[in-house]
Amino acid sequence: MKLIFEKSTQGRSCSILPPCDVEQIELKEGLARKTKPDLPQLSETDVSRHYTELCNRVHGVNNGFYPLGSCTMKYNPRIDEQMAALEGFTSIHPLAPDYSTKGCKAVLDTAEKCLCEITGMDGMTFQPAAGAHGEFTGVLLIKQYHASRNDTRRTKIIVPDSAHGTNPATAAMCGFEVVNIPSAPDGCVDLQALKGALGEDTAGLMLTNPNTLGIFDENILEITRMVHEVGGLCYYDGANLNAVMGVVRPGDMGFDCIHLNLHKTFATPHGGGGPGAGAVGCKAFLRAFLPGSAIKGHEGIQVRSFAGNFLVVVKAVTYILTLGKEGIPEAARNAVLNANYLMRRIQGTFEPAFDRICMHEFVLDLSRFKEETGVSALDVAKSLIDRGIHPPTMYFPLIVHEALMPEPTETESKETLDEAADIFRELYELARKDPDYMKSSPHNAQIGRPDEVQAARNPILRWKRT
Amino acid sequence: MNYPKELRYTKTHEWTKEEDGAYVVGISDFAQHSLGDVVFINLPQEGDDVKSGEAFGDVESVKAVSDIVSPVTGRICAVNEELVDSPELLNSDPYGAWIIKVADVSETGELLSAADYEEFCRQED
Repeated sequence: MKLIFEKSTQGRSCSILPPCDVEQIELKEGLARKTKPDLPQLSETDVSRHYTELCNRVHGVNNGFYPLGSCTMKYNPRIDEQMAALEGFTSIHPLAPDYSTKGCKAVLDTAEKCLCEITGMDGMTFQPAAGAHGEFTGVLLIKQYHASRNDTRRTKIIVPDSAHGTNPATAAMCGFEVVNIPSAPDGCVDLQALKGALGEDTAGLMLTNPNTLGIFDENILEITRMVHEVGGLCYYDGANLNAVMGVVRPGDMGFDCIHLNLHKTFATPHGGGGPGAGAVGCKAFLRAFLPGSAIKGHEGIQVRSFAGNFLVVVKAVTYILTLGKEGIPEAARNAVLNANYLMRRIQGTFEPAFDRICMHEFVLDLSRFKEETGVSALDVAKSLIDRGIHPPTMYFPLIVHEALMPEPTETESKETLDEAADIFRELYELARKDPDYMKSSPHNAQIGRPDEVQAARNPILRWKRT
Repeated sequence: MNYPKELRYTKTHEWTKEEDGAYVVGISDFAQHSLGDVVFINLPQEGDDVKSGEAFGDVESVKAVSDIVSPVTGRICAVNEELVDSPELLNSDPYGAWIIKVADVSETGELLSAADYEEFCRQED
């Protein structure tokens, strides 16, 4: 399809912007640009059609099943969007006088109170714009804590190999040495390996629980105790909180700081789009280091302007207050139930990497299937597109070869799960009858197999008039 | 899994053999199998120096980007440019699809026999 710039016709316009109601000023010499910006010129009809066409090329939660593991692509209730669209929230300026922003302040305070209760933390910031940004902020808290005690020996962060993929990158970006420890055969942290890695140079541990294998680590109290014993802190990656929200609390598991992906666990799922909100919570002893902290005498960090992506917080608060104290844990339990149901309905064809009760997601191991048929996890993922299902996360975690990681979430019905399971089973059979068809799929999608390597290494992000 | 006896191997899953005074280097069958479908390779230039134990290029598969580590110290005298357009050869023929040839070799790192490497891979898997 054409870019909006290519659809532009000189002199055409539409008046969708309201008239300017503030006094115009002349910019100082040197500040004003000399040429007009080369913006596309289209009628309102053209603009509307352009974005509808783009919309039709996307597969979202509103189009169909979207079991993208660890992205928690749950349905986003309309009421969340309605609240975020209220003019009192959308027409506010962060520098407006306090008396006019009390409603926004109430939203942030309510969000902090609810989320601290759900996670067992004492304080929270909403500055970070996304999950990895939240991780970065959380690990900086750990760094500042050790620095404030002049404890400079602590240079290492321990990250199990079943952690979220961004964890090692976060630790490295914060200037720590990353110590990777292997999982035990049951998919949980190997306590012996952890013991071997711990020492007086340990700054902390980053852990996702349930982990990326969809397994809840039952040794969690022992793990956090061991880390604290050597003077390290424990960081909880909230990527998989949907499995346990309202049921167990990271604070009670022994974690000192956490991040939450408000944009997935608490509605507004984006699966790689945006905007997000990576709220960071901590125990009281770390509160002074939080960005935007009101406590005097500490040089706080700032990771983004003002209160981050505020409207995502509005949606999260709406979601939490709609579900309430009973609804939040019920959603988590249904997410776990749905994942286990789908896993068992598929089992017998594609096999789970770990044959045990899973949490909110599970990992299928297609390595034997690939050896038998030549059809890879990628080919199965591409074939699912033809059947109207967004592919699950693939080839992650790395410890499972030919991995597919479906996460159905609590918002899917039994009928949707049955239909999806039937499609998985059909594809398992199809790979034996017609592997070449699957290797060349998708056959009905607008985009088949783009050159992802070149797209990532040499992206064309800018349109230029030729 | 295939472990040709005439080759020597590294613990980072490269293979090497001496041929006409140069060391030929590639990645092992175990490596290509673990990586999955290789979609891209970053190659060094002819004439570049390589050092045993240090990366001289990387391969990208559907799963991840991984370094290719040199088993020897020396100077690159040939690069298999065919892999740029056909990186999938690393999957289909790992021992035929050599990556670089190294001349003036002054040092080799720890190199395993086929039997020892096979045992090492069994423990890794």
